[in-house]
Formats: sequence, C-alpha cells, structure tokens
Amino acid sequence: MNRAQKTVCGAVANLFAIALAALREIFDEAAYARFLVRAGMPSSSEAYAAFRREFEEIKARRPKCC
Amino acid sequence: MTKSLAILGWGTVGALGAVALATVATHRGEPINALWLVVAATCCYALGYRFYSKFIATKILALDGLRATPAERMENGRDFLVTNKWVVFGHHFAAIAGPGPLVGPVLAAQFGYLPGTMWVLAGAVFAGCVQDFVILLFSVRRDGKSLTEMAKAEIGRVGGFVAYVAVIAILIILLGVVALIVVNALKSSPWGAFTIAMTMPIAVLMGVYLRLIRPGKVLEASAMGFVLVMAAIWGGQYVSQNPALAQKFTFSAPTLAILIMVYGFAASALPVWLLLAPRDYLSTFVKLGTISLLAVGIVALRPALHMPALTRFVDGTGPVFAGKIFPFAFITIACGAISGFHALIASGTTPKLIARETETRMVGYGAMMAESAVAIMAIIAACVMEPGVYFAINSPAGIVGQAPATAAATISSWGFPVTAAQMQALAHAVGEQTLYNRTGGAPAFAVGMAHIFSHSLGGEALMALWYHFAIMFEALFILTILDAGTRVARFMVQDALGHIYKPLGRTSWYPSVLATSALIVAAWGYFLWQGVRDPLGGINSLWPLFGIANQLLATVALCVATTIIFKMHRGKYTVVTLAPLAWLVAVTFTASWHKVLDANPRVGFLAQAQALAAAPATSSTAQMIFNNRLDAAVTGVLVVMVTLVLVESARQWLGILRGTNEAQVKESPFVRTRLVEERG
Repeated sequence: MNRAQKTVCGAVANLFAIALAALREIFDEAAYARFLVRAGMPSSSEAYAAFRREFEEIKARRPKCC
Repeated sequence: MTKSLAILGWGTVGALGAVALATVATHRGEPINALWLVVAATCCYALGYRFYSKFIATKILALDGLRATPAERMENGRDFLVTNKWVVFGHHFAAIAGPGPLVGPVLAAQFGYLPGTMWVLAGAVFAGCVQDFVILLFSVRRDGKSLTEMAKAEIGRVGGFVAYVAVIAILIILLGVVALIVVNALKSSPWGAFTIAMTMPIAVLMGVYLRLIRPGKVLEASAMGFVLVMAAIWGGQYVSQNPALAQKFTFSAPTLAILIMVYGFAASALPVWLLLAPRDYLSTFVKLGTISLLAVGIVALRPALHMPALTRFVDGTGPVFAGKIFPFAFITIACGAISGFHALIASGTTPKLIARETETRMVGYGAMMAESAVAIMAIIAACVMEPGVYFAINSPAGIVGQAPATAAATISSWGFPVTAAQMQALAHAVGEQTLYNRTGGAPAFAVGMAHIFSHSLGGEALMALWYHFAIMFEALFILTILDAGTRVARFMVQDALGHIYKPLGRTSWYPSVLATSALIVAAWGYFLWQGVRDPLGGINSLWPLFGIANQLLATVALCVATTIIFKMHRGKYTVVTLAPLAWLVAVTFTASWHKVLDANPRVGFLAQAQALAAAPATSSTAQMIFNNRLDAAVTGVLVVMVTLVLVESARQWLGILRGTNEAQVKESPFVRTRLVEERG
C-alpha cells in the first residue's frame, strides 16, 4: 500500500469511527457505557433498567423539533 | 500561492453558484433538472459557511477557544459532557430535523419551485443558521441556559414570560397539526394503518431485546426493528388486498384522530417505556437512513422538475392553502429556513455537550445548513410530480369537489392537466384506493419520494412499497414527536403549576401527571379535531397558525440575540440579527393580520366565521364559527405578546445606545480551558 492509499484508508477509517461515535451518542449507547463506568456495574438487564430509570427524566424533557 | 489557490477555488464556487441560481431563477417553460437546485444550494451553503459564519464568529461573537465551556466546567457524565464536535453535530441535527422541513416546502410548492427554493436558501444562510449559531453560543456562555431563562435575564420578566407562553403555544399547535398530517395520510389506507400498527409490537420486541437479550445494544435493536418494519410494509399489501383484513385496518379520519389522542395521553401519562423508547430509536434510525437515501436518490436520478418556477397561485387563490406569496410562503416554510423551535434545542441539550466555543460555528450554523438541505430535497420531491397530480393530492374536497371526475376537471381548468384515469392509475400503483383530498403534505411527499426511489432503486414495480415506506417514515417520526412533545409540554406546565401548589410540580405525583397530560392532550386534540372536521382540510387554517407561532418564537430568539450583541458593545454589527428580525416581524405580523382580519373567508378567520354565520346552518356550523374565532384569538394573543417583547427589547437597545441602561452581559465568568494543555 503506497502513501496515498494509506492516507485515503486512514481518512475513511476516521470518518467511519466518527459516524459510529455519533450514532452511538444519538442512540444512547455511549450514555449507557458512561453510566456503567460511573456506577461501576457490568452490563446486565438490571444495569440497563437502572440506566433507563436515571436517564428517562433527562430525556423526557428534551424537545424534539418539528 | 495558497492564498491565490483559495481565491481561485472560492471564486469558482461563487461563479458556479451564481450560474446555478440564475438558471433556477430565470428558467421558464421547460422542466428544469433538479441538479441545478442541488448545485445552487451547495454553493450557497459553502459560501455562507466559509465567509458569513466566519465573519459572525470573529467580528461579533469573538469565539474564544481558550474559554472553558459548561461541558468541561460542569461535566457530570450525564447532561454536561465534553463531546467530539462531529458527534455533537450529529446529535444536534437529529434533534432539529423533524417533519417540518419536509412538509412545509411540499405545501409551499403550490407557488412553484422558485419561491420556496429562494426562501430556503436565503432564509437559512442569513437567518436560520445565524439564529441557531448565536443562540447556541450565548447559551454556552451562560452555563447552558434555556431560551426562556436567557430572555428573562437579558430582556426582563416580560421576555421570560412571553418566551414561556410562546413555547407552550407552539408545542400545542405543532402537535395538533402534525397529528392531522398523520390522520390525513392514514385515513382509508389499510396498508398504511397496518404498517404503523405493526410498529408497536416491533417496538415492544426491540424493548425486550434491549432489556433482556442484549442490554443497551440500541443500534443492533434498531437495525433489527428496521428489518421487521420493512417486512411489515411488504406484508401490508396483502392486508390491503384481503377484504376482511382491509376492513379491520380501514379507519375514518375522526376514528384515527380519537386513536391518536388516546395514544398521546397514554404515552404521556403511563410508564410505557417498553414501547416508546425503542420506537423513538427506530424512528431516528429510519429518519437518518431515509434522508441519506433520498439525497443519494436525487443525485443518482437527477430528476426533472415538472412544477413551473411560479404558478398562478402566487396571487393567493391556491387550493392547498389560501394567501398570497408574501407573507404566506415565508410562514409555511419554517424549519428549512428559520425556525424558532431550533432555539430551544440550541439552548437545551446541545450547549451542554460542546467542548470548545469555536465548535459552536460548525454545530449551530452547520447543522441548520444540513436541515435546509433536507428542505431543498422536499421541494424536489414535491416538484418532480406533474403539477396536476400534485394539486389533486393536496387539494381539499371543499375546493375541487368530491367526485374524481369533478376534481380532475377543476384542476385541469387551472391549467394543470390531470385526468381521473391518471389519478386512479397512480393510486393503484401505490396500493391506495384514492389519492384525492390527501391534504397535509405527507402523501404528496411520499408520492414524490416513491417516484424518485422507484426510478433509481427497484423500478416501477416497487412504487407501492416505496410510497408506503415514505408514509411509514413520516407517520413514525410524527408519532414520536407527539409523545415526546406531549411529555415536554406536560413537564413545562407542571413546573409552572409547582409554583402555585408544590405537589402539582412533582413529576412522580400521579394526579398531577394525569391532569396535566389530559390538559395538554385536550389542547392539541382540540386543534386536531377542528382540522379533521374542517371542510377545507384543516391544513388551510392550522399550518399557517403553526407557522406564525414558530416564527414568532424565532422573533423572540432574535430579540434575545440582538440584546446580547448590543450589551457586548458590538452595536454596529447588530444588523446580522436585526435584519432577519425585521423580516420576521414583517412576515409574521402581516400574516397574522391577514389570518385574523382579511375579508376573504378562505384567508381570514373572522371573515370565515362571518360567512358561516350568514350561510344556512348545519349541525356543525356553530362549532366551526367558534373554532375560527378561537384561531383568531390565539393569533391575536401571540402577536400582542411578541409585540411586548419587541417593545421591551427596543427599550433595552435604546437605553444602551443612549447610555442610560447598563450594557452588561450576564455571562458566566471566564475560566481557562484545560483541554488545550491536555491535547498538547
């Protein structure tokens, strides 16, 4: 792989990583991961239920645009 | 060398944009290729972002990359969080993009493709993007304060109160009008109703998967839900072809309206997480996917626009909604050009995620440009149809007549030929019994989108599937707006009532939850019911009301922004917010005057009430007269309140200019960021 190809591949990989990070944030996967770190819990059915309880009040107050 | 290249590059973009805009503006007679709109839009956005937003960022706002943002200073891992700028951009765009930029441009296409396109481009670059950008930055500098809080702090108590009432009013009218769009899209459509009904068990399945099988794997669950929804769309054709099943899923408009109100109440008052959260994710997944797909479809197909640049309806006699091009084109298209609602998002979640002040330019100005591009796509989707077909779908029976032959003859007499056989063939192609009298914009957008997709992906054979995919996509995210909006409005009312009697403010106290949910649903349900019973289709009166409320909220946001700019001692640059503010005041106040006092009963609420009173009375006459007077009163109250904000703001500005008012901004103190050192 020459230098130009490496640069292109790197840029594509970077773009993909950013898109994935944005999707994880939009779909609350990142928020759940942060919750697990903060609560010191492994991912489980109970942990997700606790996350939803904590998160629901914040999320429910967010307006969605027309 | 680099500077010369930059001048050459931007000069080329400018020249290309000028040629594309001139072509769009002057082309007459023959159909124009949609790519001209795409090129004109791309060049306008590029120039606006590179030069105008940079001017605002450096000369007026003086963005400071060394100043710590609330995301850094107040980081708590929940709502305050330092986040990558592209991630914030995606998050912000997903929050501001709703049905507005799709529906408004489709309705405004009755004037032709030109007015909508010009307003979307100029409105976004000089007004909407500026509003979103400055409000986001001002909120970042005030610990992520909301628009209402900033209005109270910078303009005074009147500003805060009016902003609060305007937000509640816009939410209620918005929810009523978007519910009406869903009703008009799904009435007498067993295929569409079946698909939307199926999203409920699919969402519950997703909820079970998320909670029990793969906790927290939302993207996986959404992808799975998407596949199931596609299967439901495919299965819907068999439901519509089976007489017994079709009958079960065929609903009249009033029945659908009642079902939607019950849904809105349950979504707000009951703990139905298992249904709502997964459906919200599914809706976002479909929304982002469909918008991307539509963009690819338009570029790949490069369709011709059959709608003329300007139609005869610029004179105000349009069948979709009554009123002249000025001011009605400018309140019909809100979200694609400027939307007051965006100021709520820009002063809500987003400022708490921004890592550095300098990123507000890309997130605030940039995301609104993306939203504006969605509006351009909607204009293209509406204008690829033959104009006769567009008017047949969007005209209410009260204007063109109930019988297909009468409707086709009326529309053809306007100079837009269409035949009953042509409409029957189109309805058959998309798997519907009829496409007449489908007001509200969603079905017309779905036909346009199906047309684009079927020519680029799958051919004519898939036209019905694409149509129902588009209907499902619109109905799904409108329903999520209904449940989210009802809850947000309920919280706002509870917060206010909590000042009168503390338990009413507790979101865990069930009597308060039930009472406030019922109050909010009754309020938007009233507008929905009014629209369903309206012989003119409802959209004629409700969409302008929504547009006026939304643009009045933008007026409040621009008043706040201008006041802050004056206080920052940047008075000579206030034209960047004063110009769009003056335009919005002219548009909204003129539109309000017409909607309340115009002598034409199709335009003015009071004239319509008078005409109804003079006509032979029917069982619903008294109610319709009351509805028109109520709409007039709502419009009047909104205008009076915004006038108060304008007067209060003007007093502040004059005081600052004369030196009698203290010109001190109420920002949080400067704290140097640590992120620069951490990043090296």
